[in-house]
Amino acid sequence: MIDEAHAASAVRFEGVTKTFVERNQPTHVLRGISGEVPVGKTLTLVGPSGSGKSTLLSLCNLLLTPDEGQVYINGREVRQWSIPKLRQTVGMAFQTPTLFPGTVQDNLELGPQLRGERLKNPEEWMEAVDLPANLLGRSVEELSGGQRQRIALVRTILNGPSILLLDEVTSALDPSSTQVVEKLITDWKAKSGAAILWVTHHLDQARRLGDITWYVEAGELLEANDTKTFFTRPETEQARSFIHHKDAELDDTDGGGEEA
Amino acid sequence: MSLLSLSLTLAFVAVAFAVALWQRLGIERDIVVSVVRATIQLLIVGYILKWVFTSKSSLYTVLMVLIMIAVAVENARRRGRQIPGVWWRLTIAISLTTFVTIGFLLLVRIIPWTPQYVIPLSGLMTGNSMVLSSLFLNNLVSETKNRREEVNVLLSLGATPPQAIRHVVNRAIRTSMIPTVDSMKTTGLVQLPGIMTGQILAGQDPVTAVRYQLLILFAILSAAAITSITLGYMTKNSLFNRHMQLLQAFTHREA
Repeated sequence: MIDEAHAASAVRFEGVTKTFVERNQPTHVLRGISGEVPVGKTLTLVGPSGSGKSTLLSLCNLLLTPDEGQVYINGREVRQWSIPKLRQTVGMAFQTPTLFPGTVQDNLELGPQLRGERLKNPEEWMEAVDLPANLLGRSVEELSGGQRQRIALVRTILNGPSILLLDEVTSALDPSSTQVVEKLITDWKAKSGAAILWVTHHLDQARRLGDITWYVEAGELLEANDTKTFFTRPETEQARSFIHHKDAELDDTDGGGEEA
Repeated sequence: MSLLSLSLTLAFVAVAFAVALWQRLGIERDIVVSVVRATIQLLIVGYILKWVFTSKSSLYTVLMVLIMIAVAVENARRRGRQIPGVWWRLTIAISLTTFVTIGFLLLVRIIPWTPQYVIPLSGLMTGNSMVLSSLFLNNLVSETKNRREEVNVLLSLGATPPQAIRHVVNRAIRTSMIPTVDSMKTTGLVQLPGIMTGQILAGQDPVTAVRYQLLILFAILSAAAITSITLGYMTKNSLFNRHMQLLQAFTHREA
């Protein structure tokens, strides 16, 4: 199912819909989203809370299955992949880092261990994210919030993904930790050439780090543009008022962090 | 003990009932229902056993054991409603436990193939296996819900469902076996086990009674291990769908 015409897109959505049913109440989380993210580009996803951004990310590594439509990763539909291989190729990091009891090294080794491999160079990875190597033997209980998120990210990227899904990874962090995590990701991206899908509440972050930006509201992709154009000349009324509203909010609260 | 003296023991029931009424515990109805049920069930079983013991055919023994297993499965099933196909997994786990433990006792000729031995001991194994299955399923469901983020992290690192759920299953096995192991440590010190009490009351020499009690304790311990490990092995794949996602029933915290 390799599709030559779109081989250059890292991620491509074709008319995906997703509906959750809870207590017999259907919620239409995604209502027919189509779009693509080229290889090596960073897509920043913005929009109100509950608009379906996180759900869209989860379709890329098949943690959720679309009800309708297709999701192509490197030209191959997600359901045609070997699923562990897909999830190794499409790495994912969450808002709250979940670390397992044990040492930092134990946590870094999780990915390789699943495939019966050993992590060869944990010290180099620590160095790459600006953490001291002597942290490796420490219990994860001793880490700060920013350190935890960095460890969770390293754990994901040492799996060697070519696409990285980031779901509000800095919204629980203070400004200086946010900066460190942003740098970690941009440095890694520069080296690896991976594509990134970055859901963020922080409009300034979306503006600084994106090549392209999507505005998602109520499960629909209302606007897709290159990031610069999106923030200087938004085309839709909804995007314009969202940016305006968020900028006003930024003055007193620094923007992010309210999405559960 | 005559039926007349047995009926005098209803005084115990009367005490419980009076306390419940007096303190308005709201369990008066349950007390009556359970007393009536226990009486009728045990009387019927007593007559059935008497009849099975006197008949020469092993068929009835086997039938009794199978019925006990079926009732045990039906009982434990409610704990694992969220797990698809839980009833046949329970059937395998509880049957295996009963057949292996009783089979071993028969094989090494510790007990003879007579209904007097096979039926009550099978009942004990089946019953323990049932209680342990309920505990295990309960633990598995709540552990999976509480640790769903961990499971999702492992899945998103490329874990297969068994890899992603293994630590959860192991915890559920451990917590469901703890009561069995712990109760062995104090057995005899706090209270004499039921079987031993019954044997001593029936006039058996206490030392002989202890031997049987030990046999039963050891068998129960292995029954607990066999049940939880078999169930754990069989359920670890059933918590996921074909796209290696945790089933939706486990993606929300318990209310």
